Amino acid sequence: MTGAGLLVQVLNGLQYGLLLFLISSGLTLIFGVLGVINLAHGSLFMVGAYVTFLVAKAGAGLWLSLPLALVGGTALGVVLERVLFRRFYHREHLDQVLLTFALILLFEEGRSFIAGNDFHSVPVPASLDWSVPVAAGFSYSAYRLAVLAACLVVAALMFWTIERTRAGSAIRAAAEKPEMVDLLGMDARRIHMLVFGAGTALAMLGGALAAPLYSVYPGMGDGFLIISFVVVVVGGLGSVAGAFWAALLVGLVDTLSKVLLPVGAGAAVYVLMAVVLLWRPTGLFGGARA
Amino acid sequence: MIVAGRGGHLALAALALAIAALPWFGSSYHVGFVATALVAALFALSLQVLVGAVGMVSLGHAALFGVGAYVVWFLTPTGGPAPSIVLTLPTAALAGGLVALAIGGLALRTKGFFFLMTTLAFGQMVFFLFHDTPLGGGADGVFITRPALGVFDWVWEVPRRQRPSVLLWIDLGVLVAAYAGLAWLMRTLFGRALLGIRANEHRMAALGLPTLRYKLSAFVLGGALAGVAGHQWAMTEAFVSPELLGWHRSALALLAIVLGGVGALHGPILGALAFAVLGEVAGLVTERQHLVEGAVILFVVLVLPRGLAGLRLWRPLAHAPAPAPAPTPVPIADPAPAAVVDPA
Repeated sequence: MTGAGLLVQVLNGLQYGLLLFLISSGLTLIFGVLGVINLAHGSLFMVGAYVTFLVAKAGAGLWLSLPLALVGGTALGVVLERVLFRRFYHREHLDQVLLTFALILLFEEGRSFIAGNDFHSVPVPASLDWSVPVAAGFSYSAYRLAVLAACLVVAALMFWTIERTRAGSAIRAAAEKPEMVDLLGMDARRIHMLVFGAGTALAMLGGALAAPLYSVYPGMGDGFLIISFVVVVVGGLGSVAGAFWAALLVGLVDTLSKVLLPVGAGAAVYVLMAVVLLWRPTGLFGGARA
Repeated sequence: MIVAGRGGHLALAALALAIAALPWFGSSYHVGFVATALVAALFALSLQVLVGAVGMVSLGHAALFGVGAYVVWFLTPTGGPAPSIVLTLPTAALAGGLVALAIGGLALRTKGFFFLMTTLAFGQMVFFLFHDTPLGGGADGVFITRPALGVFDWVWEVPRRQRPSVLLWIDLGVLVAAYAGLAWLMRTLFGRALLGIRANEHRMAALGLPTLRYKLSAFVLGGALAGVAGHQWAMTEAFVSPELLGWHRSALALLAIVLGGVGALHGPILGALAFAVLGEVAGLVTERQHLVEGAVILFVVLVLPRGLAGLRLWRPLAHAPAPAPAPTPVPIADPAPAAVVDPA
């Protein structure tokens, strides 16, 4: 493969990885702070993608669907947290699995009710429907570059919020020692709501951005969910920085293995995860917690 | 995890008899439907050996199920006569157990959620081995010849019309045998040691028990049973595909366990049968099957924290079980003070 072709694939891998980061950062925060395994996170990604699809069908573009996904996602997350997830923080993980599996079924049914069961492609926004030449004979989709840039901006905002603001330090404290946060007089319930709302909004934003790239279809959240779990585990449970580097790694390994390996490319990501877990049983950035 | 008492076993036996009598009053469609549900129940029961007995939650269990199913295909010569079930069934168990030994030997280095993800990783590797390479006959799956019911030259040729009933009885017989074997096993020293590991692994290790060896044995036993379940799938459906090995099937088995009750050996059987019936009934009532399924699961998880097996039709007065203590968050470090001597 030529250098330019490889460059295109590396860009693809980075873009896929950054998209995975949007999903898995919420997943890892929800696990780290709330202690909940949320299998329905992939469904939230799907809901976001269908928001873009329905908005595009109604004639509007991403300028409407992205804010809608963010605001709607936050609201949906807050409602889910208050009505359902709050009751499950101290239940066994298996009960959480059952709860979120039921949510997957309900989300899929709602999707089928509103948008039907067909595959739909979503048009790339007209203003970004052109290509950037990267080398002789190779060009790269402007929309993919825009997604890459948007994800980087979101990631930067997230790190800034978590590392530099009061709310961020409260979140980090709640992930580290929830009892201490309560003792210090901070309202842990508000932190939980904030984290769940933000995680949901991020997953839906990821879906909204991804719709023009992957088209929308029933059960599309499943594949993204399981790869996002791989990212979360490789990075270390509860670590946002770990999720970031692991997402890039997984995105690159998955994309490049599909181009370079003749057989068994699908397994490459799982081989990566197995190697990481056997080498460092709590993930790359994981502490001693299991 | 408890094994049902005398009353519970009477109820289970009545259920088994009712299923065995199904061919006399059900259509062949219903007989086939129940046979498939029985295979799902057997698979969920094989996962309960890990989850309920030892507390190891695996998302890669379907790989062992799929390997057991593919064994039938590997053993069938192209164009030749079907191999005997006397050969295929033990081979499927052996294959499931051997793959489980390889996966478990590595995955048991991790614990808890990381164990879940490591088993997922290995399970998906086996899945892609069958999905992406020509080893298993391709990604779309292959039709297979059912193993023959016979030994050496003597073969029982089942008439076509009776075949669904015979398959139902075989699936039921294997499930009952597996359940009875496990119920016996849980009463032996080995079974009690597994339950002890689930309750407190550190204490069992401190008592001098080689916990890793016990956990690996349970993992291999569950894998061999999953191989048998896969064999029964291949026999019942006469079709194998890589989808059998995917994580989705593992998740469904976990669902059956939680729905039926993690705390009882028969929980996964109830859960798997209930989930199959629920889907079927919901399909009759409405187009929106998932809506009913999701709502019922939501109800179970909110209202019945111990699953269907926690339901009591009547409560014996003398031996009323103590109410389950309120769930408390698990402390991070074992808080047992050193000075207290455990009377046990």
